[in-house]
Amino acid sequence: MIWVTQILQGVLLGGYYALLACGLSFMFGVMRIINLAHGDLAVLGACLVFVIADQTDISPFVALIAVLPAMALVGWAMQRGMLERSLRAGMLVPLLTTFGIAVVVENALFEQFGADTRSLAPYIGSLAFDSWTITDDFYVGYLALLIFAVAVLLLGGLHLFLGRTALGRAIRATAEDPDTAELVGINSRAIYAAAAAIAVASAGLAGTFLAMRETFDPYAGPLQLIFAFEAVVIGGIGSLWGTLLGGIVLGVAQNIGAQFNPRGFLIAGHVMFFVVLAGRLLISGLAARGGIRSILGQRA
Amino acid sequence: MSGPDAVTVQRWTTASVISTIAIATLAVALAFGPLVLGPNAVDKLTTLFIYLMLAVMWNALAGYAGLVSVGQQAFFGIGAYFAIQLSYHGVSVYPALVLGAVAAAVVALPVSLFMLRLKGGEFAIGMWVVAELSHLLVNLDDLVRGETGTSLIALNEYGPDARRDINYWMALGAVSVLLLLVFVLLRSRLGASVQAIRDDEDAAAAVGVRVVAGKRIIFVLAAFGCALAGTLWLATFITFQPKTYFSVQWTAYMIFMALVGGLGTFEGPILGGALFFLIENQFGESGVWYLVGLGLIAVVFALFIPRGIWGSIEDRFGIRLLPVGYRLRLKDAPAGSATLQPP
Repeated sequence: MIWVTQILQGVLLGGYYALLACGLSFMFGVMRIINLAHGDLAVLGACLVFVIADQTDISPFVALIAVLPAMALVGWAMQRGMLERSLRAGMLVPLLTTFGIAVVVENALFEQFGADTRSLAPYIGSLAFDSWTITDDFYVGYLALLIFAVAVLLLGGLHLFLGRTALGRAIRATAEDPDTAELVGINSRAIYAAAAAIAVASAGLAGTFLAMRETFDPYAGPLQLIFAFEAVVIGGIGSLWGTLLGGIVLGVAQNIGAQFNPRGFLIAGHVMFFVVLAGRLLISGLAARGGIRSILGQRA
Repeated sequence: MSGPDAVTVQRWTTASVISTIAIATLAVALAFGPLVLGPNAVDKLTTLFIYLMLAVMWNALAGYAGLVSVGQQAFFGIGAYFAIQLSYHGVSVYPALVLGAVAAAVVALPVSLFMLRLKGGEFAIGMWVVAELSHLLVNLDDLVRGETGTSLIALNEYGPDARRDINYWMALGAVSVLLLLVFVLLRSRLGASVQAIRDDEDAAAAVGVRVVAGKRIIFVLAAFGCALAGTLWLATFITFQPKTYFSVQWTAYMIFMALVGGLGTFEGPILGGALFFLIENQFGESGVWYLVGLGLIAVVFALFIPRGIWGSIEDRFGIRLLPVGYRLRLKDAPAGSATLQPP
């Protein structure tokens, strides 16, 4: 029974990873940028929600109404002010730029908030620990379920948005070929800025859930970036539902690893990442290109 | 124009002959450092040499082979860990420092099989995962005692003064050898081929460059260099706390030094390393704002001065102190007026 519980918890944890990864994957899909500040921006979102919840009596969920647009603005400004310029300079410069942003964000947060770990759990009442208890060691936490549901909604919403709306189609066209998109009247600069805004807002949402389900500190960002990246790679870059699957595989592997060793949680996650990577290499070595949805065969 | 005879390809210029001799002389002169300098200065210079090693290695990776790694701290830590293991198992302590770095390079070989198949940002974070995983695995070793860490106890057989001088000489020797290796590599066929890979991998492959082999040599060299820097850091500070050695901070420093000095130039990371050393001595005590400042400077350089300080000087004045490239010279024109510049 303990295994069933662990696997179920792992699946739900995968929902959080998918939520975290969806912005990273989206930004890569549209602009071909891997945003190394993604994790730190998630923590920034968590900190903003924390300040509101701590200073006023406003619930963190209500605080999101203010924080998500603010995060979107941050993403928009980051794209317009920095990344847009870096995109013209090849592949190296966006990486260096976002790494620089990551260093600035996490250290500025440390300067503001200090080394203390914080959590939003005290501000969401009994949601933090309520659960459906089926037997003594088989239960489903409300919060974990909520996060999973939000992840599915966000991924599904993004899917519909890209497929059914004019802006979504413009984003896909720009992702395919920005120059040709310009020819048919799409403003690719505005599209990029919109995509960055969506990605960073979703990072802020994921960060808020991170803060609700556990503790965080200003330097929590890099590990979140790594989790998000692992989920994306395991699921296959460019596929939104693949990201959910990748998150679930990562979460299950971590929860099973934790049963063997206190450090097994992290080790098993990283090992799973390399196992999937090795599998991909093997398959792409054997099969003809294009048959397999593989990050390794994809052109940057 | 007067036909192909009007053009000669030059490797050495007067300026580069003079500066190469000057740099070699400087290296020899520095070898006498411990005889004339105070203990504090010797310690500081040792730290500078270690920074230079890191800067030169990261530049070789990113500036020449186009591989942006955010996980070079993996090798910094693995090297130090292997040195401790070797010394614990009876290898004499100073040889253990070099062998530890060699062992890290051996580990880098299978790692390269995975990582070099990843492109751009995927390689960057993939290396970060490598660093995280090595950190966790090193922590599993009882010898290290988790985050409490351990020390290179065997160094106690040397007195503090002898230790300081040996560390200095080893660091000076290591940075000289690494610079020489990069110099020789860049002048070889490999130098031209990795730069072709960096500029356009598909085009390079199309003209017959062996893409993966070229990248692999640089990758393993950089792993060795960063690991050697790690073992020398261990010799200087004796204690080994995994958290410190596997910190992403090291890569942040490497990026800063290579980027500010001039990515893809031979002289740039040396300049960047020296600048970083001065900045750290001046502001290192001021804590976190100092790191915010470093990050901001890195962003500004990446966006507005991507060729760094030395790259900008090179572009403007056509100076190249060390002859790692070729110069195209028109017979009728004065020297330096028509040189081939990278884009």
